[in-house]
Amino acid sequence: MLSIKNLRVSIEDKEILKGIELNIKAGEVHAIMGPNGSGKSTLASVLAGREEYTITSGEVDFDGINLLDLAPEERAREGLFLAFQYPVEIPGVSGATFLKTAVNEVRKHKGLEPLDAMEFLNVMKEKMQLVEIDKSLISRPVNEGFSGGEKKRNEIFQMAMLEPKLAILDETDSGLDIDALKIVANGVNKLKSKDNAVIVITHYQRLLDFIVPDYIHVLYNGRIVKSGTRELALELEEKGYDWIKAENKEVPAV
Amino acid sequence: MDILDKVTQAEYKYGFVSDIESDAAPMGLSEDIVRFISAKKNEPEFMLEYRLKAYNHWLTMEVPKWQNVNFPDIDYQKIIYYSAPKPKKVLNSLDEVDPELRATFEKLGISLDEQKRLSNVAVDAVLDSVSVATTFRSKLAELGIIFCSFSEAVKDHPDLVKKYLGTVVPYTDNFFAALNAAVFSDGSFCYIPQGVRCPMELSTYFRINAANTGQFERTLLIAEAGSYVSYLEGCTAPVRDENQLHAAVVELIAMDRAHIKYSTVQNWYPGDKNGKGGIYNFVTKRGLCAGVESKISWTQVETGSAITWKYPGCILKGDGSIGEFYSVALTNNCQQADTGTKMIHIGKNTKSTIISKGISAGRSNNSYRGLVKINKNAHNARNFSQCDSLLMGDQCGANTFPYLEVDNSTATVEHEATTSKIGEDQIFYCNQRGISTEDAIGLIVNGYCKEVFNQLPMEFAVEAQKLLAVSLEGSVG
Ligand SMILES: Nc1ncnc2c1ncn2[C@@H]1O[C@H](COP(=O)(O)OP(=O)(O)O)[C@@H](O)[C@H]1O
Repeated sequence: MLSIKNLRVSIEDKEILKGIELNIKAGEVHAIMGPNGSGKSTLASVLAGREEYTITSGEVDFDGINLLDLAPEERAREGLFLAFQYPVEIPGVSGATFLKTAVNEVRKHKGLEPLDAMEFLNVMKEKMQLVEIDKSLISRPVNEGFSGGEKKRNEIFQMAMLEPKLAILDETDSGLDIDALKIVANGVNKLKSKDNAVIVITHYQRLLDFIVPDYIHVLYNGRIVKSGTRELALELEEKGYDWIKAENKEVPAV
Repeated sequence: MDILDKVTQAEYKYGFVSDIESDAAPMGLSEDIVRFISAKKNEPEFMLEYRLKAYNHWLTMEVPKWQNVNFPDIDYQKIIYYSAPKPKKVLNSLDEVDPELRATFEKLGISLDEQKRLSNVAVDAVLDSVSVATTFRSKLAELGIIFCSFSEAVKDHPDLVKKYLGTVVPYTDNFFAALNAAVFSDGSFCYIPQGVRCPMELSTYFRINAANTGQFERTLLIAEAGSYVSYLEGCTAPVRDENQLHAAVVELIAMDRAHIKYSTVQNWYPGDKNGKGGIYNFVTKRGLCAGVESKISWTQVETGSAITWKYPGCILKGDGSIGEFYSVALTNNCQQADTGTKMIHIGKNTKSTIISKGISAGRSNNSYRGLVKINKNAHNARNFSQCDSLLMGDQCGANTFPYLEVDNSTATVEHEATTSKIGEDQIFYCNQRGISTEDAIGLIVNGYCKEVFNQLPMEFAVEAQKLLAVSLEGSVG
């Protein structure tokens, strides 16, 4: 589904991603871990199409399309979803209005008729139950005055509504207590199918107790320095990131 | 002496008051011109007297300079103050309409019939808006509601006009109000009898002779005790106009427990991207809450004109009366707007609310200017003001000038102001959900204006939303 080859990205002349290689198939869950500042969020942002980054080399294939050629909204319509680490507030725009616009854009792209108000409401009801989110949050302006946990839950609700092929969860666990974490993870698990894939970006292994990944990658200093299965997460939990850092001392450029 | 000067001066010497047959007054303003206009309109003596007093007062006044806008001095002797309504060129089909204008019509979702009416394409008699208007009028007449052009009111209801004209906005009020009083060509008149709830939105669109009211328009609206009316001025379609200066006057009067809701959508030609052309809109609008517990609400959505200078206000005279002002003012390219409100609290327990939303894009300049005045005897008066500015890009400007005069210690006055920018982050967030940048801006701006749009009649609100989107088109790269 997603194939990243030798992706190099810089910002303001500083290289942040230094040759990322990653392959993800439909039905898989991948976790990307790593110490702060290693480039995890940058990777998520670049995949979603944030403009302030310069891509100096590399390719990203998303189900046969060259992802890097597309504008952010086109990537979204093709089925790429980013659950933001810091979801943005949009005052005065209700969650329902916002999502109706989004859902119908995606439908238009797929050649489907837009949902009318009744149909949309029914879909919303169903998905609200699925991810256990309260109706009042949806009728309020997008993210305005939401608590950290409510914002994250709202991201997962949007994901449920948009039914993406590939969802990237950027530190969705940060700032959540254990109950909120479970609800969020539960939602993600219910949305999982053999046709879609999830990338979970996290600093801690805690979330991975609830969203069990098929593969784990450790990102350090702009490179994926280790890949493995679930055991790798437990090893990281036990030893911290220091041994990774030690193993990957900056090698002077040749 | 230049031959042209000679001819014009000669003409002036003879005067033209006798030349009532002519279609237009010569350029310039003089006592003779004022007499000419009044004669042309067959006005009763009291109207001529009123106009002449206004004219003589105008001569003693100076153009106000305090607004935060720049424009070259206007030569008031280079304006034609009266010309008979010229029939517009009738087109055979919409194909003859300027394609750019048509594209805007489409984006605003204006129906084909309405497009035809606006661009003066010949229509079937059945579809002609005049016949629609006639039906509406007879319905209103049954309830005793008078809704007609100002000229008709002067002819058919001179007592009402005489009683109320200039009682809320006297000609001494300001330079443009004086000018308007001297030379106004036409406008609207509306009278709601006691206890009557007007069953439909009154819109200038449904008034016969709505076209060609000209650059000096005058509106007078009287709501008797216990009545209610919602009045819509303007339409969202772009209005192209040859006249550069517009100086309208609107007067509203609400008696005991009457409620007037006055909504405006103004979308006049703003000039081109470089600020060439465009209309100067200098309006005086004021409502008098004369009776106890009366209420006047102004709602305005301003997106047009090169320069807007406008402060719809309320005089809260009746005890327990309420004044409201909800405004969205959008400026783009080189537009300038200095707009706001005046709330004058006179009666006890009076209450006012001000919600102002400014949006500046391009190189435009947008100022809010508001006065809240609490008089000595206005015990327990309350005001709440909220003035927000939204900036798009970094070449535009926004200013807030709140003035506060409180002469009664029991008053409660609250003022909140914010300035924000449409964030890249907000746009990206929308993009990431599949929404294009243009639609994202539309969503964000509409969300920002929500409190004001909520005050508009439903249909108008939908149109206003589309209008904002069209006005902002291309403003974010
Ligand atoms: N907009 C930016 N401007 C400058 N430096 C940035 C910007 N975004 C990220 N960086 C830098 O890139 C590196 C990687 O950041 P990030 O992707 O947020 O890492 P992580 O998500 O793994 O904590 C950090 O050193 C950070 O300071």
